[in-house]
Amino acid sequence: MSTTSTCLRIEGELTIYRAAELAEAMKGSLAQVPPGGAFELDLSGVTEMDCAGVQLLLAARRSTDESGRELRVAGRSPAVVEVFDTLQLASHFGAH
Amino acid sequence: MANDINLDQVLHTFIVEARELLEDMEAALLRVADEADPGESINAIFRAAHTIKGSSGLFGLDAVVTFTHVVESVLDRVRDGAVNLDEALVALMLASGDYIGRLVDAVERGEPQADPKTEPEGAALLARLQEHLADDAAPARLAPTAASAMASGGAAHWHLSLRFGPDVLRNGMDPLSFIRYLATLGEIRHIVTLPDAVPGLDALDPEGCCLGFEIGFLTSVDKAAIENVFEFVIDDCTLRIVPPGSRIEQFIELIRSHPEGPSPLGEILVRCGSITAHELESALRMQAASAPARKIGTILAEQGNVAPQVVEAALAKQKQVRETRGAESQSVRVDADKLDRLINLVGELIIATAGANLVAKRTRNLELMERNSTLSDLVEEVRDSALQLRMVKIGGTFSRFKRVVHDVARELGKDIELAVSGEDTELDKTVVEKIGDPLMHLVRNAMDHGIDSAELRAARGKPAVGTVSLNAFHDSGSIVIQVSDDGGGLDREKILAKGIERGLVEPGRAMSDAEVYALIFEPGFSTAAQITNLSGRGVGMDVVKRNIASLRGDVAIASEPGRGTTVTVRLPLTLAIINGFQVAVGKSVFVVPMDMVDECVEFSAEPGHDYTDLRGQVLPFIRLRELFDVPGTATARQNIVVVKHAGQKFGLVVDALLGEAQTVIKPLSRMFAQVRGISGSSILGSGDVALILDVPLLMQAAQAARSQGAVAME
Repeated sequence: MSTTSTCLRIEGELTIYRAAELAEAMKGSLAQVPPGGAFELDLSGVTEMDCAGVQLLLAARRSTDESGRELRVAGRSPAVVEVFDTLQLASHFGAH
Repeated sequence: MANDINLDQVLHTFIVEARELLEDMEAALLRVADEADPGESINAIFRAAHTIKGSSGLFGLDAVVTFTHVVESVLDRVRDGAVNLDEALVALMLASGDYIGRLVDAVERGEPQADPKTEPEGAALLARLQEHLADDAAPARLAPTAASAMASGGAAHWHLSLRFGPDVLRNGMDPLSFIRYLATLGEIRHIVTLPDAVPGLDALDPEGCCLGFEIGFLTSVDKAAIENVFEFVIDDCTLRIVPPGSRIEQFIELIRSHPEGPSPLGEILVRCGSITAHELESALRMQAASAPARKIGTILAEQGNVAPQVVEAALAKQKQVRETRGAESQSVRVDADKLDRLINLVGELIIATAGANLVAKRTRNLELMERNSTLSDLVEEVRDSALQLRMVKIGGTFSRFKRVVHDVARELGKDIELAVSGEDTELDKTVVEKIGDPLMHLVRNAMDHGIDSAELRAARGKPAVGTVSLNAFHDSGSIVIQVSDDGGGLDREKILAKGIERGLVEPGRAMSDAEVYALIFEPGFSTAAQITNLSGRGVGMDVVKRNIASLRGDVAIASEPGRGTTVTVRLPLTLAIINGFQVAVGKSVFVVPMDMVDECVEFSAEPGHDYTDLRGQVLPFIRLRELFDVPGTATARQNIVVVKHAGQKFGLVVDALLGEAQTVIKPLSRMFAQVRGISGSSILGSGDVALILDVPLLMQAAQAARSQGAVAME
């Protein structure tokens, strides 16, 4: 698949403390993705994740779905994997 | 108005109970490390926290509830064996207990409740407590064998339906942590995160929460335990729990109550393994077929039909509560004021009886005298029982020091144990209340200055762990409390040098060890080379002495270099009524506390000297007539009352011995505060006032006479 993609790498916390800031960043990156393209989230640099982070990912997923784009979660740090496992979320964001 | 007063009273009871529970909790925390099987203590700790939380909830004391809840959650995990109650956690729990105590204090003062989540100290403790909730969740989750072992032990499938409110995240709570905690109680078979309520990025409030979870949960715990997991957040979320073996209608109700619409949720239930696809199908059919009005009625009726394990658990809990109540109801809580009033009345009764006796004797009515004598005996018994009511065991005070020793030892970096004996020794409640602070000083002092460093101990061939001991016993109408340490002992030369430097002692004067050691009770006296934040500033020992003196007690110190120091505090058993021995000088009547009277002998003395020969021993004495400047001349047959205090004897020369009588101690007015040798007054049956002699103080005067006497006899 050689669709055009935009990648957003998130470093550090993916938590309530940065939720507002990260939501803006995601909206900005998403706007650059052409319809049919892929929005790639690189979560390999995430040190900590909470439910606000989960919610952000779900929202991003909804936005891409509704606008005919694709959401790909590229890298996953151990913190992200742990949360995905706890909430059995892997199916929402593709298998590892 | 009446309601307010009632509430105040109930609140007061809550405060008293909460403090007692905190004490219990502390005691249990301190003994837990020494116990082979700490299960019972851990339960006690948990129960204390649980009860405090429960009752503070009744009063809407949210701060206490919020904080105690987290404490309780951690304790619950300790109880389950998921968290080890190690030294660090004990220290954290002790600190948490203190914090709860301060919250309760604030309630008592009627201050507004600080929110522990935002108040710095509470927040710090909460964060540390949360660590114990969070970091062990992972291992528990990663141990499927443990979970499956539990599954075979009567675990059943519950269904949990969770919807978090919009403010959960903003309130600093993370639904994830609750789910992690839940995972420690059993096995999360399936969890479905509901994405439908989450809007797209544009519409999302990133700090609001719109998450929901459907959880299939395999556990052997009861419904209350599951609810407890979410208690912290319960106001901000909707939690529905469908017990194992529930009727299909309950799932229908669940499906209907959520906004997601029947079909997705139904499928989720199937995915969670909570119902089968077939059941879902028939349930949906049933729902469609029945008229809604009738439906709700039947469903509610059947919801009353809860799964048996829910009812069982509730009954078991109730029974447990009733049993603990039974054990507690053996004592009655009485206001201290009421007791004081009773003691006062008994005092008046004693005075009145003495008056009646006097009249009976004067009228020489034998029958009346006999009746009066019976009456006096009864009054005496009433007095003893009334005083007994105020007697408390000193063990309660001692056990507080376990905590002090624990904390201070950590602070000092010394390994120190507290040995306690004589906990059952009783003394008056008013004395107990006032002796706490002086004892605290003595114990801290013993730990800081007394106990030597580990290297020194090794060099002196003593065990590495230092011991501070508290001991109490009764001794001739006094209670004796000893604070000892097995440390380095007092440095006689250093104290003497310091005493000379401070001008307290003339250089070259010969002093007994006891006199030298007594110097440390002088104001501003400290020999500690290094001032620590505990003691060594020279304030303290003089305050200790003053406090003890104000209780009509005294303090002495004994020390053996390299072996340790013992501070002995001697206090009267009660401050209200004593058995007195009445003596007369001229027309004045004096009272000597009966317990201090050793014997009475006929007066004899070397002319001009203030001592006599008591069976070969020097007995110094004091002539009360001279001491108090009583007018008139001595009678021909004077007597010596030999009094004993703190192991030493001296004599009081009096005109006449009037005999034993109960004495109600009335404090002297402040006008007489400067009078030396008198500790109080009492009213005689005749209505006259008698003065009570301050024996310890008189003894000091007599000792001066004794040293002169000893010199003269040689």
